[in-house]
Amino acid sequence: MSGILVIAEQRRGEIRPVSLELIGAAESLKGAVGGPLAVALIGPSVDALGAGLNVAGVDEILLVATGSGDYDPDTMGAAVAALVKARDPSLVLLPHSVDSLGYAATLAASLDCGFATDVFKIEHGPEGIVATRGGYGQKVNVEVDFPGRATVMLAVRANVYKPPEGAGSATVSTVAVDAVDARVKPGEYIELSSADDVDMTAAEFILTIGRGIGEESKVEQFRELADAVGATLGCSRPIADSGWLPKARQIGQSGKTASSCKLYVAMGVSGAIQHLAGMKHVSTIVAVNTDPAASIFTVAKYGVVGDIFEVAEELRTHF
Amino acid sequence: MKILVAVKQVASLDEDFEIRADGRDVDPDFLVRDLNEWDDYSLEEAVKIKEAGGEVEVVAVTIGNDDADEVLRKCLAKGADRALRLWDDSMEGSDPIAIGRALAAVVRKEEPDLVFAGVQSSDHAFAATGMALAGFLGWPHAAVVNQLTYGAGTTTAPIRRELEGGLLQAMEIACPAVLSIQLGINTPRYASLRSIKQAAAKPIEVLGIADVGLADADVGEAGSRSRVRRMYVPEKGRAQMIEGTVAEQAAKLAAIIKDVTGGAA
Repeated sequence: MSGILVIAEQRRGEIRPVSLELIGAAESLKGAVGGPLAVALIGPSVDALGAGLNVAGVDEILLVATGSGDYDPDTMGAAVAALVKARDPSLVLLPHSVDSLGYAATLAASLDCGFATDVFKIEHGPEGIVATRGGYGQKVNVEVDFPGRATVMLAVRANVYKPPEGAGSATVSTVAVDAVDARVKPGEYIELSSADDVDMTAAEFILTIGRGIGEESKVEQFRELADAVGATLGCSRPIADSGWLPKARQIGQSGKTASSCKLYVAMGVSGAIQHLAGMKHVSTIVAVNTDPAASIFTVAKYGVVGDIFEVAEELRTHF
Repeated sequence: MKILVAVKQVASLDEDFEIRADGRDVDPDFLVRDLNEWDDYSLEEAVKIKEAGGEVEVVAVTIGNDDADEVLRKCLAKGADRALRLWDDSMEGSDPIAIGRALAAVVRKEEPDLVFAGVQSSDHAFAATGMALAGFLGWPHAAVVNQLTYGAGTTTAPIRRELEGGLLQAMEIACPAVLSIQLGINTPRYASLRSIKQAAAKPIEVLGIADVGLADADVGEAGSRSRVRRMYVPEKGRAQMIEGTVAEQAAKLAAIIKDVTGGAA
């Protein structure tokens, strides 16, 4: 066998958008790697959700109904292993997501396959698959290859590839896999909420503070500045982890996405990849940071290299 | 009871770094080394369990040459009881899967009740080592854990996973288990000067791969699932920099804000 196998992801009764991005990635590689392009959906309610994967380029949809909840690493790992063994694909794409972090590397330990994670570029050359990922805090790009591997499994970064446009004409089949003993039992989902009831996803103007503020006593100064300029105060991960601002104000992969934001002012935020995931799409980003090499300047439209307290104080006089 | 904490000495780049002559890594002269940030949290989680009571031994383990002793000393200063380093020159070029295999061999030798790893390393961010380690052991495993309830004798531990977009999920995991620990699960302590001094005098146990039953083919490029082909500095976008005095910079910033928000200039 050959072809590409995409592992779709579902949560709380919905297909996660990254699944369609992976199909977009697979479709762009189908010519070089070879078909068919099969997409597998594993978990509960696969019959109802499977149709959502029938987009341009998909040849087969494989529905794997499992008895447990949305996700547990043992069930997912065993189902993906069974599909890979049965189909022997040249390329397996799965999302670089919290769910796959729980089973993909475990699987790579037992399968004889090439493996890389957080991949944002995939090429197929004369020597096979070449995947590109970041290194040293995303300061460099790293090309990795997989000599001698008939199957390569890649966990692909979200928000990189575009979902295909248009409907597909895939065949749909049900695949049975042996049930396994799930040693991790899924429980309830818990939404982060906060006493101040802020909705970062609705905010059009966000002023975000990061590690650069240094100490908790400085938060108030920026809260006052945000109020004065008419912005919603946000923060990066270290500020929320320290409890200086509620987790509901955290922008980034594990926090909130600045979905409605048009103007984003980042003060003392270095720009870790997880933070950028929540805001790099904003049309006007302004960054103030003491470090001229900070990653935040690679996504910002305007940058100021300087002391955030001095800049904040001067900025306040204009409002 | 014993908790094994896998830690890594990570590297960040000097401002003006250079790529190595073979084009496959950065010249080591330009690397600045430290304990991986995630591992600081997983070590703290283990030390907290120890301090909660019972006979608990915390063992910090790393893979690396003697440069990595520095991070083990840091772990000892922050509350680890023992430090163990595994290395052989044949481990050069190991990917996270090969590292996971080597750590699994150490776990078999040490027989802990619980294993922690950081979710990812700040340098190469594969987020794979801990779960690969679990795969080689065949142990229950969960990734991106930001809450754990565990005490001596726990057979099923309540945990929470931190998902995307501000969502958490409660789960229960059978123990012994391997958990990858997320930032924010606790507040790591600073080591006191006294404990740093004491740590300097503690021994670091050094093992070679044969001591844990591994052969050259299990580690290095031979034991890996990927190989670095090329490393390069990508062309990146660059913000338009606002120059001038602080007052001038702030005035320009104010004008940008007023322009985008439609406020009066």
